[in-house]
Amino acid sequence: MSRAPTGSQTVGPFFKLGLSWLYTREIGAAALSGRHVELRGHVYDGLGRPIPDALLEFWQADANGLYHTEAGAEFMGFARVPTDADGVFELRTVKPGRVGGRSGQLQAPHLNVYVFMRGLLLPLLTRMYFPDEPVNAEDPVLALVPEARRETLIARSSAAGVLEWDIHTQGDREIVCFVA
Amino acid sequence: MSSIAVRVNDVTEPLGYRRPPPHTQPSYLHSAYASTVDRAPGTAPIEIPATRSEVTGPSFESVALAPNAGDLTAGFRGEPLGERIHVAGRVLDEDGAPVPHTLIEVWQCNAAGRYLHAGDRHAAPLDPNFTGVGRVRTDAVGSYQLRTIKPGAYPWRNHYNAWRPAHIHFSLFGPAWSTRLITQMYFPADPLLAFDPIYNSIPDPASRERLVASLDWDHSVPEYAIGYRFDIVLRGRYQTPSEHRP
Repeated sequence: MSRAPTGSQTVGPFFKLGLSWLYTREIGAAALSGRHVELRGHVYDGLGRPIPDALLEFWQADANGLYHTEAGAEFMGFARVPTDADGVFELRTVKPGRVGGRSGQLQAPHLNVYVFMRGLLLPLLTRMYFPDEPVNAEDPVLALVPEARRETLIARSSAAGVLEWDIHTQGDREIVCFVA
Repeated sequence: MSSIAVRVNDVTEPLGYRRPPPHTQPSYLHSAYASTVDRAPGTAPIEIPATRSEVTGPSFESVALAPNAGDLTAGFRGEPLGERIHVAGRVLDEDGAPVPHTLIEVWQCNAAGRYLHAGDRHAAPLDPNFTGVGRVRTDAVGSYQLRTIKPGAYPWRNHYNAWRPAHIHFSLFGPAWSTRLITQMYFPADPLLAFDPIYNSIPDPASRERLVASLDWDHSVPEYAIGYRFDIVLRGRYQTPSEHRP
């Protein structure tokens, strides 16, 4: 017998109560091999207001392009990060390697991201790609995104070496979301 | 993680997860729920094929849970106020296969309708013997059990005289990034359900009603607690590569 999946509902305004035990600002230990990166961004609503009650979840491969259960227990590859009162989130991680796509194609390095908040009845599924990365041009998922909107998925390098990636849930700069 | 895959033209392709049938899930924009108006994306999501990024997912099997993490009434000096309830159910996939050893996180308000959260301004009392946070893992056959008290209804500012029906928030991961689910469990015969825009954001009535737990005598404890059953279905996998979209 087949039943449809249970319906999604908003995380509401009080999710910190149940979900904060897994909050972290680091996805991998300092000793982990690979290029360590610092990521910082804002989450904004359709009127450009920072969202202080957003929750982001990240899932990524290690520097060799292997996910946790493929790579072994050292690298969990998961982080749950809330925005602060100014709508800012921060995460330290290692740049993932290239993960296989379909038909033998390799994907460009990316973080898989869910965004949850009050007002989202379903989470936003999106991805963050890295700047100055030539293989973005051959990424099979980016290729499905209209060119004008691709930049919403690609972080920027700031002067301080921090990656900046802002998420607009709505409007002109609305982040691309996916269904997989 | 599951290594289910098929070989197509000598390339190993992961089997993705099926897209939910129409009307069984909310849309992003549901204007009766006012917070969606400025926050919901205005552009439809782009369909992408499943890759290893979507068919793998975090495992919390090595994360230790306190022995009474699934008992929201335990660990305090006294007993929380409210109706004691036991909530039990199974986590299954769309084909009815159990989802074993998966993490469930729950949170709720107390019997008076107040969350232990700085942002909750409802003028109802906090309960010193209740925080409203629990976690459990499903067992080998996908079963779970929680002990708690029935949460109260509470007002919110969505519209004039708006009250949320009693509910418990559930967060699940399942085996893959694609099976992530956050939902809410409601209680049977709650007259507020008919007026709740969040509950009613799911267009299909039968899908909506599956968010309502059922009275369960098997999990009731005479003279002690009322039992409720709440089963959860996570996305199932495509069976053959030809079913893949796009």
